[in-house]
Amino acid sequence: MLPRAEFVHWWFATGFLIIGLLLLAEAVVGEGVWRRRAWRQYLWPSFLFLMGVLMWPVMVFYTNSTIHMLAHGSWAQAMMLAGAAELGLARGKLHSPYWSLTTAGAFLVSAAAILLHEQNGWFYARAAFLHHALGWTFVVGAAFPFARAFRPGSVAVRTGLALVFVVTSVFLFSDRDVAPVFGHLSPLAGAQHR
Amino acid sequence: MESHFATEAVAQLRRRSLRAAAVNLIGPLTMLGGVAWAFLQPYRLTVLHPYGQGFWWLFSEPPLYVVLVGLGFALFLAPALLQDLEEAEDAPES
Repeated sequence: MLPRAEFVHWWFATGFLIIGLLLLAEAVVGEGVWRRRAWRQYLWPSFLFLMGVLMWPVMVFYTNSTIHMLAHGSWAQAMMLAGAAELGLARGKLHSPYWSLTTAGAFLVSAAAILLHEQNGWFYARAAFLHHALGWTFVVGAAFPFARAFRPGSVAVRTGLALVFVVTSVFLFSDRDVAPVFGHLSPLAGAQHR
Repeated sequence: MESHFATEAVAQLRRRSLRAAAVNLIGPLTMLGGVAWAFLQPYRLTVLHPYGQGFWWLFSEPPLYVVLVGLGFALFLAPALLQDLEEAEDAPES
């Protein structure tokens, strides 16, 4: 009865796409215009927080191994912390732009979680390839939220942050449980799905 | 002086129209991406061949998700954002 892992990846891909588009729009119009309506400034931090909350059922129901449980659990906490900090900044309860570093931290925790819980090599199967690609995307992408803490008004930094979310979404949408990547599929991975 | 103000006004209008065009394009381009994906990989849309599919397979339609995200952006976010962009640009600088 449980949905396959690939379905869950696609749902999270949708969430990341929403966050990416919101951040992109914010980068295009600028923070001043974006904050003109109170509800708008809460949108992407709320989605980030919600995705952190939704990661808990993933941790509970997709416990393939201890390392999976630890990865999903740490990911859930990091996303919730980043979402909460960004909500605090949007509401004005938090003032220091350095709170944006929690998002950089969430990226690095996510990267570690993804890379450590993928035990297979890049070309084992598509899922393995995407886990490695996602992990390294987050490692490199952490530079954007890190830079945002020091240069919050930079359009390049904000656009870069948005694009990291969009790329993440594309990777997650590409995921299949057992599928080849660039023609490679380990015989140990099992029978290919449709 | 007048020509200086006119040049500034034209430059501001161009900047605004570029930003407005970018905001206007985000939703449709996202939808277009979803539609293009559906054409490239029609087997990802199980609603096109629904017989024998379980609930989760019918619920999970990734290209449709992308189209819906773009549609949601274009319908619910872009109009208010464009209005605010216009008002902010028209407001006198303090």
